[in-house]
Amino acid sequence: MTSHSTTVAAQSAATLRSAAAPADRSSSSPAAARAALASIANGVVVQGGVLLAALVVFGVFLWLIAGKNPFAVYADMWKGSYGTRFSQSASLAKAAPLMLTALCTALPARLGMVVIGNEGALLLGGLAGVMAAQAFGAAPAGIAIPAMLLAGGLVGGLWIALAGALRQFRGVNETISTLLLYYVGLALFTFVVEDVLRDPSSLNKPSTVGIGEANMIGAIGGLPAWMPEMHWGLVVGVVFCVATWLLMDHGTFGFAARVVGGNVKAARLQGLPITRLVLLTCLLAGSAAGVAGVIEMAVAEGKANASLNAGLGFAGILVAFVARQNPLAVIPVALLFGGITASGGLVQRRHELPDATVDVFTGILFILVLASEAFAGRLPWRREGAAR
Amino acid sequence: MSPAEASQAAALSPVVAVFFALVGGAISLSTPYLFVSLGECLTERSGRVNLGLEGTMILGAVAAYAAAYQIATTYPGATWVAPWIGVLLAGCVGVVMGGLHAWLCAKERVNHIAVGIALMIFGVGLAIYLGKPYIQPKAPHLQALPLGDWSAHAAIRSALKINGLFLLGLVLAPTLAWGLANTRVGMILRMAGESADAARALGYSVNRVRLLATCAGGFLAGVGGSFLSLYNPGIWAEGLSRGQGLMAVALVIFARWNPLTCLFASLMFGAAEALGPALQAAGFSRGYQLYAAVPAAMTLAIMIATCSTKRTLAGAPAELSVS
Repeated sequence: MTSHSTTVAAQSAATLRSAAAPADRSSSSPAAARAALASIANGVVVQGGVLLAALVVFGVFLWLIAGKNPFAVYADMWKGSYGTRFSQSASLAKAAPLMLTALCTALPARLGMVVIGNEGALLLGGLAGVMAAQAFGAAPAGIAIPAMLLAGGLVGGLWIALAGALRQFRGVNETISTLLLYYVGLALFTFVVEDVLRDPSSLNKPSTVGIGEANMIGAIGGLPAWMPEMHWGLVVGVVFCVATWLLMDHGTFGFAARVVGGNVKAARLQGLPITRLVLLTCLLAGSAAGVAGVIEMAVAEGKANASLNAGLGFAGILVAFVARQNPLAVIPVALLFGGITASGGLVQRRHELPDATVDVFTGILFILVLASEAFAGRLPWRREGAAR
Repeated sequence: MSPAEASQAAALSPVVAVFFALVGGAISLSTPYLFVSLGECLTERSGRVNLGLEGTMILGAVAAYAAAYQIATTYPGATWVAPWIGVLLAGCVGVVMGGLHAWLCAKERVNHIAVGIALMIFGVGLAIYLGKPYIQPKAPHLQALPLGDWSAHAAIRSALKINGLFLLGLVLAPTLAWGLANTRVGMILRMAGESADAARALGYSVNRVRLLATCAGGFLAGVGGSFLSLYNPGIWAEGLSRGQGLMAVALVIFARWNPLTCLFASLMFGAAEALGPALQAAGFSRGYQLYAAVPAAMTLAIMIATCSTKRTLAGAPAELSVS
């Protein structure tokens, strides 16, 4: 290794740390700690301001266009998301697959890739889960459910890894290829659901055969009474987020991935195995979306049908962007958006508003969060930290 | 229809029936692809990708439907012109959505892929919200030229019914191709897409050029959406647009960023969409679901065959980050 290559890599790593990492953990000096705190404060102020702005914009929409009292609607949105124990468990159930589909975008983003085919990996993962249940259905749930999750993760992982391979070996842009693979996956999914694995008794809404009551992913037993009901899928989602955060923010693998994302030339000079990093990251990312498909399928319906194609993958892309591609930040962002989605039903019933109303709010919030990127790091105390 | 004609109609062989279904599909189902892809083509030639056209289309669809219905019920004498006012309104809605996209993307560090997806979710949500009262009422449809009326076969008659928007698109595609290549405006737009520095050096604001290109693209996408609600299928319902707006991005790559090729690619995508139902009607009852993937699979195959790790795609604007 020449000294030149080391310098380039060190420079790129330094750029990366100052540009991307929200908190500089590699240094423990008081100045660095102050900068980290300022960065967090900046993030909280910006995101809080964005949430407030979204509430104002949506409030005007509710007041002028829908003719409703925004405060009454917001009160019920709170009630329908995290205000009661019942709604808490519904919100958590919506958040679990969002965490996993968000990772499908967030992990490759470390390598500078923009993956948007999360929905395709989710659909095929859910389908693989049904197939695994066909094969292992007779086995005890302790074997069948892990087999389903493994199959879903493997299929979803290979699906996105295919896009990674196309990028590395053929130069095909991964944003476009994952979008195209979504349409191919959707057609495959529809074919298998309506033909190969179709349950003949599902007339109006073609569905696959069920995975069996015993193989459904159920609620976590033995929780204290004050806690909302949670299903095991949430545990899988949180574990995935924390594990990939440790991998991407605290390990050599993640460091190498960030070098590739920051400066491919430097990574190449350092002799980093770029193709292997890309393929492994895509495999991991896709497997998260595939597992999301299995969970969504095995918690809600216990079979695969068109309900699985409900946009969880596309929402996951935005969750990842809002979380600034940080696997740990994905958890609270997914909880927020899961709550908003879950509140749709109550808002619809109590205010005679269409169920798409909360989607309008989600859209406004996403747009404002993305716009706020322009203000991130621009607040006075953050500038001080940067000028240090 | 006389009994003799009826027996003749019944004698249409499956191969001919599938052929005419494909022709009909190429004409009728291609129209939304054509408009939205021409719009995306303009936007991408200026150096930006708008993934939000899916939302623009569906919002355009509901705006056109609502306007056509309201005008036709308020002024029954204006029923023939009402859908065309709807088309215009859909275009204007598209301009607003395009402007929003361009305004957001002009900001520092804002990712245009993410903005597109956010606008898609926002547009679809808003369209479903605003469209709730219009699921039942029937709006007047866009007029069509019945060029197939000489035939006794219903299949041929419906295949050769040419709608007005398709004819407009037929004129628009070569016009845009010519305009991009030969006019001053076209040159400035291409320059913003090929080299932002060159455009800046000549005193043009790249963001402004891209704003105008994205607005124009949004207009066309909105018009494409109005076709869905006012002609085929000609109703307002949730899930009216089945991904045509997102597929437009693939279509433009397939067409190598050339408006004229967009026309042929749209015809092909339309025919491919008609293939599944046509084969199903002709008695091939298995596997028709897979034909939905034909356009995407073809685009992917072409990209795999022609992309290289050494250079960008031929014909791709140099400033575009997805080629």
